[in-house]
Amino acid sequence: MIKKRVLAAAAMASLIPLTLAACGGGGSNAGGSASSSSEAVDSLTVLDYYTDEPGKSNIDAQLQKCGTSIGVAKVDHQSVPGPTLIQKVLQQASSKTLPDVLMLDNPDIQQIAEAGALVPLGDFGLNADGYAPGPVSAATYDGQLYGLQPGANTLAIFYNKDVLAKAGVQPPKTWAELKTTAKKLTSGKQYGFAFNATADYEGAWQFLPPMWTNGGDETDLKSPQVAGALQLWKDLVDDGSVSKSAVNWKQSDVNDQFIAGKAAMMENGPWQIPALTKAKINYGVVPFPVNTPDQKSVAPLGGEAWTVPETGNDAKKAKAAELVKCMNTDENQMLRAKQGGLVPTKLALAAEFKKEVPSMAGFTDAVASARARTGKLGSKWPDTAKVIYTGMQLVLTGQAAPADAMAKAGAS
Amino acid sequence: MSDAKTLTTATEPAAPSYDTAPARRGGRRGEEIAKVLFVVPAALAIIALFGYPVVKNLVMSFQNYTLRTFINGKAPWVGLQNYVAVVSDELFTKALINTALFTIGSIAGQFVIGMLLALFFHKNFPLNGVLRALFLLPWLIPLIVGSAAWRAILEQDSGILNVTLESLGIINAPIPWLTSPNVALIAIILVNIWLGIPFNVTLLYSGLQDIPDELYEAGALDGATGWKAFWNITLPNLRAVVSVVLMLGVIYTLKVLDIILGLTQGGPANATQTIAVMSYQRSFVEFKFGQGAALSNILILIALVFAIVYLRANRRRFDE
Repeated sequence: MIKKRVLAAAAMASLIPLTLAACGGGGSNAGGSASSSSEAVDSLTVLDYYTDEPGKSNIDAQLQKCGTSIGVAKVDHQSVPGPTLIQKVLQQASSKTLPDVLMLDNPDIQQIAEAGALVPLGDFGLNADGYAPGPVSAATYDGQLYGLQPGANTLAIFYNKDVLAKAGVQPPKTWAELKTTAKKLTSGKQYGFAFNATADYEGAWQFLPPMWTNGGDETDLKSPQVAGALQLWKDLVDDGSVSKSAVNWKQSDVNDQFIAGKAAMMENGPWQIPALTKAKINYGVVPFPVNTPDQKSVAPLGGEAWTVPETGNDAKKAKAAELVKCMNTDENQMLRAKQGGLVPTKLALAAEFKKEVPSMAGFTDAVASARARTGKLGSKWPDTAKVIYTGMQLVLTGQAAPADAMAKAGAS
Repeated sequence: MSDAKTLTTATEPAAPSYDTAPARRGGRRGEEIAKVLFVVPAALAIIALFGYPVVKNLVMSFQNYTLRTFINGKAPWVGLQNYVAVVSDELFTKALINTALFTIGSIAGQFVIGMLLALFFHKNFPLNGVLRALFLLPWLIPLIVGSAAWRAILEQDSGILNVTLESLGIINAPIPWLTSPNVALIAIILVNIWLGIPFNVTLLYSGLQDIPDELYEAGALDGATGWKAFWNITLPNLRAVVSVVLMLGVIYTLKVLDIILGLTQGGPANATQTIAVMSYQRSFVEFKFGQGAALSNILILIALVFAIVYLRANRRRFDE
């Protein structure tokens, strides 16, 4: 009777971990198939998170074309939603079914490389000469290059040209101007400015432009420079120039507010351009403003790189590296950038791109100097990002002053 | 509701299974084997679907189980380190308190409203069935969709709830439903109550239908009507259903994750962090699977306490 009761209790309690432990399975040690490099490769598998059109079709066309040019008959291209990519990769790693070519968001590369799932591209004679420093530092772990990123994006200020013209104001160049302009543009249902301050990596990423521009650093979050950046965010919300809802707005929500005319300016990235064009918004883009005139605007690097996972099949790995190389040729970098939302990562190409596509000028310079989130901290970045977004939320909800918010959020 | 089924079958008193009629030896043995064979499929299913995850989760919580483990299969033993790490986290106490408030608030709200609605529907009136079916709607909407809709409804500036309340003159300034640390937990409790009402109504309503009308008729003769009848006839007869509803409610609410992720992601400023959210974030955002497992084991332990209380209460009832 007692035993039965304990069992029943255990059965009930066990309802809980089912959801949480779903990912824990696997772990076979079958090992990849051994092979000689002379073996002909007739197919390669590719995994990415470009699930949205037209991005998916564009990438697919590029991959197929590259496959043909390197003599691989079939390129099997699969896309999974962004938030599930790493989980998918982990499942594949434990069942030894990693794809031959894997796309990774740039801040994830070092973590996955550290775990031992990627092959250094140097093994296949690839290098990143002529690339902007941001994408290279993001893809470099322990002195080795693990990924090549064909295009990059970053954050800047979008402003509604019509609204600013009507109010007779110029887009801001300094923090002081940002505050006064935003205040001036705030009336009725329209806020002057909008940003994303959610309790996740996206919120941390959006805080980097003020933090880095002001000279703050992720290795020293308790510095006055970081506090200064927090103060800017706080002032904008306290003034009523930014909605208090910012703590619950994703970047897509911010874009929706901007399109709906409920924000005259916003901090966002070039991936929103298709939606803005579709909504026929007359917008302009300027780099994130500086606090003092001697500062230079610094924005974080966004975008994805192609990597070669450790599949155990030497012939396929070599072909996979060729595919990565092909996706990064000058021609393909330019094609991808012109398809929208990205700037070529090769500096010479970026200069050319700036001339050819002036509408992206606001982002082109920013990408050239964009800083990688994992450049200094590598795989420790996620822990720091958590402190950043927690500190930011503490300030915006009035739970802590900018000066001691990061310490309260767990900064050491 | 296979969970509910396991529950009720497991808690029935052990029925005397030995028949007293003398049987031939061979027949008896065959019967025993047949009995075992009947149990085997169910036992295997339970071991595979319940036993394995629980044991795996327990083992993981004592290992340094990270991204690397998935690649090279190595998960070194670290003893109680994961438990120490999560319990000594500043957020743990807050998450524990939030879990308690969230669970108590949700269950109280769901149960009281569910009971009132069940009593209401127990009376005969036109469109009763249609209305009752409509009340099941929250159950039919995928949680992700439901929470996205609620996020729009509770939006501070332009959400329909604040706009309505303001235009009716009930509030002067918009309520920061999901953006103030003081209100966010209340907001997610309200949404969870909305979600839990169908479950409560359905079970309590079926319980009410099992109470014979004669009891009320006899009670009415003795002067027990209205509130008195509810207290002395309805509640005692509903006891078994009520305890199942509360028990399952507690377990479901303890592990609620989707709504919180959809509405606030544990924010603002950790105001809606619960043990379940912390566990999810450790495992699937930070990839510290060992610590995530430790947190979910703590959650299991809490659920276990409730399960034992429930079973004890049930035993007392059978003993009476």
